[in-house]
Amino acid sequence: MAAPLLEVRDLGVRFTTRDGQVTVLDDVSFTLERGERISFVGESGCGKSMTALALMGLLPAMGQVSGGMINFKGEDLVTASESRMRQIRGNEISMIFQEPMTSLNPVFTIGRQIAEVLQLHRGLDRRAALARAIDLLEAVRIPNAAARIDDYPHQLSGGQRQRVMIAIALACEPEILIADEPTTALDVTVQAEIFALLRDLGAKLETAIILITHDMGAVAQMAERMLVMYAGRRVEEGRVADIIKASAHPYTRGLISCVPHITADATRRLDRLPEIDGIVPPITSFGRDACLFAPRCGRASEACHGGRPAQAEVAGHKAHSVACWHPHDGGA
Amino acid sequence: MAVRAGYALALLLAVVVLNFTLIHIAPGDIADTIAGDMGGATEEVMAQIRADYGLDKSFAVQLGIYLGNVVRLDFGYSFFFNTPVTSLIAERLPATLLLVFTAQIFALVIGVILGVISARRPDGLLSHFVTLLALFGYSAPVFWTGIMLLIGLSLMLPLFPVAGMIDVTLIDAPLWRQYLSVAHHLFLPALTLASIFLALYSRLCRASMLEVLGADYIRTARAKGLSERDTVYRHALKNSLGPVVTLAGLQFSAVVSGAVLVETVFSWPGLGTLALQSILARDTPTILGILFFSALVVIVGNLLTDLVLRLIDPRIRAGGG
Repeated sequence: MAAPLLEVRDLGVRFTTRDGQVTVLDDVSFTLERGERISFVGESGCGKSMTALALMGLLPAMGQVSGGMINFKGEDLVTASESRMRQIRGNEISMIFQEPMTSLNPVFTIGRQIAEVLQLHRGLDRRAALARAIDLLEAVRIPNAAARIDDYPHQLSGGQRQRVMIAIALACEPEILIADEPTTALDVTVQAEIFALLRDLGAKLETAIILITHDMGAVAQMAERMLVMYAGRRVEEGRVADIIKASAHPYTRGLISCVPHITADATRRLDRLPEIDGIVPPITSFGRDACLFAPRCGRASEACHGGRPAQAEVAGHKAHSVACWHPHDGGA
Repeated sequence: MAVRAGYALALLLAVVVLNFTLIHIAPGDIADTIAGDMGGATEEVMAQIRADYGLDKSFAVQLGIYLGNVVRLDFGYSFFFNTPVTSLIAERLPATLLLVFTAQIFALVIGVILGVISARRPDGLLSHFVTLLALFGYSAPVFWTGIMLLIGLSLMLPLFPVAGMIDVTLIDAPLWRQYLSVAHHLFLPALTLASIFLALYSRLCRASMLEVLGADYIRTARAKGLSERDTVYRHALKNSLGPVVTLAGLQFSAVVSGAVLVETVFSWPGLGTLALQSILARDTPTILGILFFSALVVIVGNLLTDLVLRLIDPRIRAGGG
């Protein structure tokens, strides 16, 4: 079997704060094959976005990678130089963000903002880059692309702006596209269109997609595999279909039960929408040697508070692993 | 933009009426000065002088006559300088314009550069230096700054001329030599006048740059693989200029009034020195003319500011007007 496109192993990220070092990501590992669609799932503050920013080499100034490696086509991005990272960003790995309303520069035309990446990474001259930008606008299904090229971001709707962001991200036909909650700020109907667009273009360009979301519905629509994160750690990983059918980690179960329509029997009435009690623990406790979900978990025992659970394969399911002292068994 | 120009004209009319009224209310007129020069005069002579200059008519009539003249761009005759006010001002206005605009450009360019550099390292040495400089520039009186610069850079280290606008021996020299001499003379007064505003602009630019650098679209620019330099100077700078340009527009009147002091310190032959002389002489037409043109400079400065803001930010362009 050939080496995967991207292999992240034991990635850790630390923040240096006034009160000392804080662990933000703790031993996150996963692989990504060419053209594959994976999803990072978890509540806010679980390290999904931080993992993405670490891949891009764009951690905030107070953050640094504290360990592990990011192997991208045989090259370790953790130790890559800043100038090498600039060649990769927007070219081989690109990213779109949660806030389409503010992610485009308000003082430049959208044509110029798309053309910019092509001039930078493909060495096109201005005119060729603008011509290509029109093609890209058409590809992201913005009607009348040739006329819209001179528009400024404020003349576009939120959905259109996110399409422009996608055009920028896919302009150089990257190997990986990271989409950080790309539809959270958009209408539900627009959401579905954006996902369809991402799926189609991703398949056409053979671009692997990392979708970051807390929405299990989005995961079901978009991804083949998923990685559930909690408090800076990976707690469960596997094929989306497997996990939705039989998740092993109590946290994943909680997340799935929060979305009634995935598994719900339409004929049965739900009295109360389930929720996971409690909140994500404070970031200062992320590095502790314990299961960090234990305080919110109905199955927690002494062992959970006393030690960190190892990542283990779920019995009888290949490529489905969980880090839990008391996992639900696969068939349940 | 046409609406803006209309507002500007109405404003100018208001300024003229207000100035005229204020000067009329103030005690003393040209008759006092002439009588003073003559070493005293009888009531009859005073009345005669007032009648000669039309000062005996009612306020409304005087105002009406003046407004009628101003519309025809006739600002009257200076009794003190024995010259039409228009030609008096035409002779001085270019010097003031040169000083005011050079000082604004100095202040903006240097202020923005210092602001950007200190925003990139908010805790760096330079950033603290800029804060200190800002505090100093803003609190030091202009005339004091001017005199200190004169002592330092003209007397102790004779790099720049002490006073005036041009080296008079160059009267027959080629034009470029004359321009160069003017630039040489201009440097210290412009720097002095700029010092106050430079401080303001650099502080504001630092703050607005810091805000912009945290914006989502700057993260986008980085995610595109742009270098830090392109991110800051291409994507962030244009966005952070808006507040600075707006402030520069608001400060235009302060720059013009600051110019009066600076011109006096450096004997710069502009409207400021003329204003001082004509106020001391109670030369009403000249004072009114100067006030009119100062107001005009401020209003045109504000219109220019609007224009620049439109160039910078497409969202303002779309806002109509």
